[in-house]
Amino acid sequence: MPSLLNVSRPPVFCPGCSHERITHALDNAFQNMDLYEDQIVIVTDIGCSGLFDTFFHTHAFHGLHGRALTYAAGLKMARPELNVIVTMGDGGLGIGGAHILSACRRNLDLTLLILNNFNFGMTGGQFSATTPPEAQVGSGFLNRLESPLDVCRLASSAGAAYVTRCSSYAKNLAEEIENAVRFDGFSILDIWGICPGRYTKRNRLTPQIIEDSLAKLPLIKSPKAENLRKEYGKHYRELSAGQKPVPSPAKIEATFKPPEPGRQELVILGSAGQRIITAGEILCLAGLTAGLRVTQKNEYNITVLRGPSISELILSPEEIDFTGIVEPNVILALSREGVARRKHLFNHLDNNALIIQALKVEVPSCNARIHQIDFKAQDIRPRDRALAALSVLAKLNKVIHLEMLQSALKFRFRGKILASALDLVDRVETAKLM
Amino acid sequence: MAFSLMEGNEAIARGAIASGCRFFAGYPITPATTIFNTMLKLLPPLGGICLQGEDEIASIGYCLGASMAGLKVMTATSGPGISLYSEHISFAIGSEIPIVIVDVQRLGPSTGSATRGADGDIQFLRWGNSGGLPVIVLAPVDVNDCYSLALQAFNLAEEFRCPVLIASNKEIALTLENIDIDAFAKPENIERKAPSPGEPFLPFEASSGRMAPYFLPIGGKVPVRQTSSTHGPDGYITTDSDEIAKIQDRLKSKILSAADRFSFHEARLEEGADTMILTYGVTARAARAVHKEQKKRGNPVSLLILKTLWPVPEDLIRKKAVNVKRVVVVEMNLGQYVREIERILPDKKVDFLGQMDGRLITPRQIREVIIHA
Ligand code: SF4
Repeated sequence: MPSLLNVSRPPVFCPGCSHERITHALDNAFQNMDLYEDQIVIVTDIGCSGLFDTFFHTHAFHGLHGRALTYAAGLKMARPELNVIVTMGDGGLGIGGAHILSACRRNLDLTLLILNNFNFGMTGGQFSATTPPEAQVGSGFLNRLESPLDVCRLASSAGAAYVTRCSSYAKNLAEEIENAVRFDGFSILDIWGICPGRYTKRNRLTPQIIEDSLAKLPLIKSPKAENLRKEYGKHYRELSAGQKPVPSPAKIEATFKPPEPGRQELVILGSAGQRIITAGEILCLAGLTAGLRVTQKNEYNITVLRGPSISELILSPEEIDFTGIVEPNVILALSREGVARRKHLFNHLDNNALIIQALKVEVPSCNARIHQIDFKAQDIRPRDRALAALSVLAKLNKVIHLEMLQSALKFRFRGKILASALDLVDRVETAKLM
Repeated sequence: MAFSLMEGNEAIARGAIASGCRFFAGYPITPATTIFNTMLKLLPPLGGICLQGEDEIASIGYCLGASMAGLKVMTATSGPGISLYSEHISFAIGSEIPIVIVDVQRLGPSTGSATRGADGDIQFLRWGNSGGLPVIVLAPVDVNDCYSLALQAFNLAEEFRCPVLIASNKEIALTLENIDIDAFAKPENIERKAPSPGEPFLPFEASSGRMAPYFLPIGGKVPVRQTSSTHGPDGYITTDSDEIAKIQDRLKSKILSAADRFSFHEARLEEGADTMILTYGVTARAARAVHKEQKKRGNPVSLLILKTLWPVPEDLIRKKAVNVKRVVVVEMNLGQYVREIERILPDKKVDFLGQMDGRLITPRQIREVIIHA
């Protein structure tokens, strides 16, 4: 196979920079693997390692600092057949830490080459995530305060199966790269090198020192058996193939006439667990059965199982402009905390307004007509009270009528749930408490 | 007549799918999460991809990669996330990567109130990128707009190879409404154009008569370069000032020169009206109510609802305001878009009504400003 190096753009690294060796080793790996230029994308990070894409005649993607793995993941998911090679320095390793962790956990078939030269070359030799504390770098004394990161240990514990490290001067560097590229899953190769432009101006580091230091480190076996698992992309496609297609949104034909003319505003004041939001939805669906325009706005605490739950509903024969409710026609007062959250609403009620009030749920004094219901005496559980209140409303021919409510339920529910909802609607008594 | 019941977020997701969007990545954030939820249901069965990123930066990064591989992509977030998107929005602008970005605005600043609406990001969406080149921002008013502007957003992103932002609002996104999806006059889906066979290809060269460069995907037969660095037509970093100036000019003019074609709006001009309400987003609905009611009372006001906020439809605004003395700008923030109107209409009286407390601006508040000049 011919070289994939870009003949019109030879490497421009500082003399003696180990990046140059890696460039050639990468090219050798490509050749040994019989890869063509259109089968590879080189995704590069920022810094001197970010120049790699320009030295090759392949697909190339050069982006922002630390984010190379994110583009790589998008590319690989969209084009599973591509060989995606990411080059990143020890700087990118630090700033892109979250992306490294998630790449390790995800196991998408990307190859990450970390060009680890223990400092930020391009910006002036500041300390990076891998700078030893004793090094003299461009960040004054700050690196003495931090402990360097062993990316291999990190990656292994984050779930990466293929993690290894070597020297830029290793004779088998091309082979190391090839093995990492061939691995079917996420692979990391931590390549230690020398930056004469910055780092070795003030620190002693030679190929021999690198070799000795690497030899002192515990041997890493790759792939690590307990981290071996399905490649993410394949697994994704496997699981997604089993997902059922979603039908287009079902529509409700307008078949009824609403019981009342004009815009109707209704507020349900309840609590978590009372199925307030579902009741609001059912009221809207009931409105649609009569060709009304509808809006529903909900409010509940972010701790969804506690606190007030409120649904604001508008049903109107005309387009609904403003979706806010200032003077509702109807309030369903089903819990104290719901009422407390909307106390001010009661000031605006006139004597045409109707409140359906669950017994013991006190409401502020107001002009509205109050229709009190003892749900407990009717053996209606709290979670059914919102629907029961809709049934009361329908039986009073207020906003909706019974047929509208029943067809909304038939639209929304099936089987047992439908049967019990219809039964509930049927058995609710509207008798007003005195 | 037959309607479905749907919230704005679902309508955006369904619009995206109808546009051919096949890749979505997002990070959970109220009130945008239900876009992610919907895309996760809709995409996989179509062979599309929906990912949950480890953070917002990653989510949009995945999208940029997938877009360069040739897919139509979308992401969605809210204030804290759109802040994190910033570096990648700049990238998409400068490197001409088509992407639709939804900002479901919530009350800020910062974490603010996750479940309260606002239109507080309107200037941020325009200027929250390094370099300050123009972007396209569309603003839906209701669930119908969520669907139809999603269709437009994809077409614009593909045609101009740029990010298109949708400035939604919790009050539209999470409000359920009646919608008839089949009733829309859908624009034809626009696709990125590859050079015709034999035509030379440079990744960032807009050949004669074209606004945006031809597109070939990364992963196709021809090696393609993408770079966030200042580049020449060949996609290599350049220091040639003339070349740089040329490409920057093109990035600016490809959006601005075509703006008239996509100045979406709704104008309800009334003869004899002295005042025009100018607004956008969910606030337009209160303004519509005021417009109707004042007309009935024989005290008409004109109304201009902008659905394209950026680039500012300057000519349109000037034309629509010709016959009024006063323009009342109403927005759910403490004064953002009104700056543009003051700039464009120096000879009109420009009044402002704004509110940033999580509540909708009511018709009554607007009426008071209209009546008490
Ligand atoms: S600054 Fe360091 S890493 Fe960069 S090219 Fe020079 S020697 Fe290599």
